[in-house]
Amino acid sequence: MNASGKVFKYGANVDTDVIIPARYLNTADPSELAKHCMEDIDATFVDRVSVGDIIVGGPNFGCGSSREHAPVAIKHSGISCVIAPSFARIFYRNAINMGLAILECAEAAEGIEDKDRVEVDFSTGVIHDLTNGKQFTAKPFPDFIRKIIEADGLVGYISGKIPECK
Amino acid sequence: MSLKTRVGRGILFVPGNPGTAYEEVMTMKMTMTQKILASHAGLDHVVPGQLIEAKLDLILGNDVTTPPAIDIFQKTCACGVFDRSKVALVPDHFTPNKDIKSAEHCKKIREFARDQKIENYFEVGDPKMGVEHVILPENGLVAPGDAIIGADSHTCTYGALGAFATGVGSTDLACAMATGQTWFRVPEAISFRLTGSFLPGVTGKDLILHIIGMIGVDGALYQSMEFSGPGVANLSMADRLTVCNMAIEAGGKNGIFPVDEQTIEYIKTFAPERYARGDYRIFEADEDAGYEKTIDIDLATVPLTVSFPHLPENTRVVGTFGEVKIDQVVIGSCTNGRLEDLRLAAEILSGQKVRKGVRCIILPGSQRVWKESLREGLLEIFADAGCIVSAPTCGPCLGGHMGILAEGERCVSTTNRNFVGRMGHPKSEVYLSGVPVAAASAVLGRIGAPSELSAEQ
Repeated sequence: MNASGKVFKYGANVDTDVIIPARYLNTADPSELAKHCMEDIDATFVDRVSVGDIIVGGPNFGCGSSREHAPVAIKHSGISCVIAPSFARIFYRNAINMGLAILECAEAAEGIEDKDRVEVDFSTGVIHDLTNGKQFTAKPFPDFIRKIIEADGLVGYISGKIPECK
Repeated sequence: MSLKTRVGRGILFVPGNPGTAYEEVMTMKMTMTQKILASHAGLDHVVPGQLIEAKLDLILGNDVTTPPAIDIFQKTCACGVFDRSKVALVPDHFTPNKDIKSAEHCKKIREFARDQKIENYFEVGDPKMGVEHVILPENGLVAPGDAIIGADSHTCTYGALGAFATGVGSTDLACAMATGQTWFRVPEAISFRLTGSFLPGVTGKDLILHIIGMIGVDGALYQSMEFSGPGVANLSMADRLTVCNMAIEAGGKNGIFPVDEQTIEYIKTFAPERYARGDYRIFEADEDAGYEKTIDIDLATVPLTVSFPHLPENTRVVGTFGEVKIDQVVIGSCTNGRLEDLRLAAEILSGQKVRKGVRCIILPGSQRVWKESLREGLLEIFADAGCIVSAPTCGPCLGGHMGILAEGERCVSTTNRNFVGRMGHPKSEVYLSGVPVAAASAVLGRIGAPSELSAEQ
């Protein structure tokens, strides 16, 4: 699996309130949520984003609320993956569980600039910045996380663990 | 015999330490959190970085996170929730429902709770209802040694009772409702050794803001924040609940306090049946548990602290900055909406008037807190001072309803986040504080300390 697109770059501690403001959480409809993605820090994001584009953030990306609506909004806006030096732990879990690709890579987060065109090879973790020619390798997922990803998220992973109906 | 089979049915995976010898693993000392996780995974020992599957004592959802979880739950093909006494569903964020969409969400939860015969569903107006992290301990659903997940980031509040509790998302909630278990990466930990006691007027909120200012909003990322030391005895249960509530604001996986006489008194009062049955477990960290670092804090040195916009780590000491005029004050939330908080607010607001041009909104954290505040005369003090008292709800804390800010407005709030747009307009500002500073600021019309009230008169 690969991703390819232009980069939207943000700073440190991008929180779930700016990814999807709580005033829109009276719905859980992915396409409705996607309409307001990043609205409070980048009002033009939804107009500029194309399918396949990539978000590059600073440390502690996705901090704040447990709302899964945040990775849902990002995924359904068209973003193919998020690259950051570190992710807040609930956001990390949520992204893995619902199938938004995330890559931990401090060097890429530093070396990639806004609007660069970037390609990602998920099988190798190689991130290639086509604009400046730089290449980076993301931290591999632990085997256990890889199993959840391979099962197409947590629901697939637990399917054999549900008690039988009486 | 492989390491995996000898250690138990959990999955032993030690990143960076693939060669860790069996004997070495077995003699590693454990933190309090690690011991609770080991016990719920059926293991004698766990080590940081290990991925385990743990049985859960309680699973929580609210009106924002449960509706998507219900859809996901249905995809799991589970015939029902694993245990209807171990699921708690709390409509509290947009309740009483602020609009049609949120009413539809709550209707969906209500019907799910009815169909699944969920025992702990808290309807608006129920004597046990209120804000999730205020009511779960109050209704005896949390006891020492429990392992709890909640689809709300402030689930870490319950560490105050010596439980392991952490926030997750809707998919985790759905899968845990189906199976009664979830996976965890065993966290490293930071030890906070507390000594001394607070100066008058300083509260648990000041302590946790002070800590976040010290270590930053990702200072405890993925880690446990374990509190210990002789200073713990000088923190009330309300203080401990406030401190653990905001562990997430330092990136922490959980915050946790040791169990002492106050904890036992608390469960005697609020969880009498579990106390009588002895249905709780006291875990103690090993003395030489491998903490990433230890931070010593003399509680007497903790100042009245305010977090400036737009991150909880932007802390300032009250009295060291210029005049910050305010438009609104919010007192309440899962952080500071307990009876002790409202008593503190009433003590300061008694006989005072909220400054002209300032709205002071008080949100009792639960119906029980509301009713007790009525009985103690606190609500009358608030009304006489010119405050409005709301029904228990998360409301303005997350910019939901009941006190949204307009462009350019400033609010001093006892809530837990001051991110851009958190309480309303993206160009509004939230300043986080403890209850005494918030109440005093309502009277002063600017951010200030309770000690300034008498000086002004």
